[in-house]
Amino acid sequence: MNISFPEPTITPITKPFWDSMEQKKFNLQRCEDCKHWIFYPRAHCPHCFGNRLTWQEATGKGRLKTWSIVHRASHPAWQSLTPYAVGIVELEEGPSMLTHLLIRAEELHYQLPVEISYHVLNERQLPFFKKRGGA
Amino acid sequence: MVKRPRGAIIGIGELQPERYSEGKTTLSLIAESVQLALQDAAITKDEIDGLLVGPQVGETPQHVPATVSEYLGISPAMSNTVDLGGATGAGMIWRAAAAIEAGMCETVVCVLANKNERDSAPRSPNRNPIREFDVPFGASGANTSYALLKRQHMEQYGSQQEDFARIAYWSRKNALKNPKAIFYNKPVELEDISHSPIISDPLHLLEIVMPCAGGAAVIVTSEEKAKKAAKQPVFLRGAGEKITHRAVSQAPALDQLPFQYSIPQSLRQANISAEELDLFSLYDCYTSVVAVQLESIGLCEQGKFGDFIRKHSFSHDGDYPLNTHGGQLGFGQADLAGGMSHVIEAVVQLRGEAGERQIPNAKHALVTGNGATLSETTSLVLGGELS
Ligand SMILES: [Zn+2]
Repeated sequence: MNISFPEPTITPITKPFWDSMEQKKFNLQRCEDCKHWIFYPRAHCPHCFGNRLTWQEATGKGRLKTWSIVHRASHPAWQSLTPYAVGIVELEEGPSMLTHLLIRAEELHYQLPVEISYHVLNERQLPFFKKRGGA
Repeated sequence: MVKRPRGAIIGIGELQPERYSEGKTTLSLIAESVQLALQDAAITKDEIDGLLVGPQVGETPQHVPATVSEYLGISPAMSNTVDLGGATGAGMIWRAAAAIEAGMCETVVCVLANKNERDSAPRSPNRNPIREFDVPFGASGANTSYALLKRQHMEQYGSQQEDFARIAYWSRKNALKNPKAIFYNKPVELEDISHSPIISDPLHLLEIVMPCAGGAAVIVTSEEKAKKAAKQPVFLRGAGEKITHRAVSQAPALDQLPFQYSIPQSLRQANISAEELDLFSLYDCYTSVVAVQLESIGLCEQGKFGDFIRKHSFSHDGDYPLNTHGGQLGFGQADLAGGMSHVIEAVVQLRGEAGERQIPNAKHALVTGNGATLSETTSLVLGGELS
């Protein structure tokens, strides 16, 4: 295939997240003041607006809040892989994130326990998710 | 008495949506829309001293109000870009009234338009968090975001595909009485909607708006000046607004959506109950958006819009007239101007100019706007009489 997948637009604030990905580590920010975990990475805590944020390794576990099977993708590179599943995972630590799901359509259900599954796309490690305990 | 921005709509202009707009520019569509609104209000452009426009107007990403002022040949004493996605149209109305009340100007034109060319280049790339944390996972575009929202509703509350399809069904049915609608003369049955192609499961093609070209302009003035208006003025009775997030992954839970603040706020300002509303002109980029609004208004229990929609009639002569112009699902979505169609239908109904689809004796309309994925919401109560 000639069309490449859209790359994340990494900023200086978010770079540590993507760097940890390359070591297959799921590092998220945590606020030293209010103890909330934060996703996506920011310069200030969106809960207490403090700026004492540190990077800590998260469990990479969560539950499925919702999902969609994409039949018509907005990007031509992704269109070549349709149908595929994306979903929103509520992480055990609290925040939610959008991700690609490596789970068959018939196995998807509300609150399904899921876990991180590092997946290489465009030579970059991305946090995809799979069924917890699944292959 | 609750404080509220005061103003009145004295003119409306709306272009007929068309699939493609070869040979036109967004600026030319803006001018056409404003011209129609001025004719409707029976005033000249020299009486316009305020301007509100949408962001990134076709030919210019920056200095939008100045570009539009120059193009129209006006020199407003107040101007602004309003950037609330689909809520921009409704959001402009109370901003215009607030600027008038602040003494900055007296007569504001609110205008939105969009060209739609067959081979138009994609919008410019950006670097926001969605681009970094959603798009690389295969979730680009509004269709997938709204599919996620619909799935969540189905899972959390047990709502069914047919419940959502009924919303599109009523929009398409109402569009049959609006010659300006893109789906005028194109009837569909309930089953057609659920059998239309799957775009992003569980979202079907006919639950999604048709992107098209068009434009809309509304003229807002002071209550004082409105008393001398050529046509029956339509008064702003209440407004509410709430902005919560951008990306669908960051959206609050379905029982804490921003409409649950903005809609009741507008009713409080207007000092009326939902049951006193004669028209529900609710933003409908997707069927699921209408579902959560019916629940936010309090017409039915949280999560139970399906029962409600099965039991009632939503045409102009039904018990809950809803998007009598066809909504954007039936009328078409001319980009941001699509959101303004809900304001314009309310004005048409309150003036008694809706012809074949006129609601008898319509006094109060609820108008809403929604941007991104239930991220930016605006709600207006409009009334035909001054309170
Ligand atoms: Zn904090």
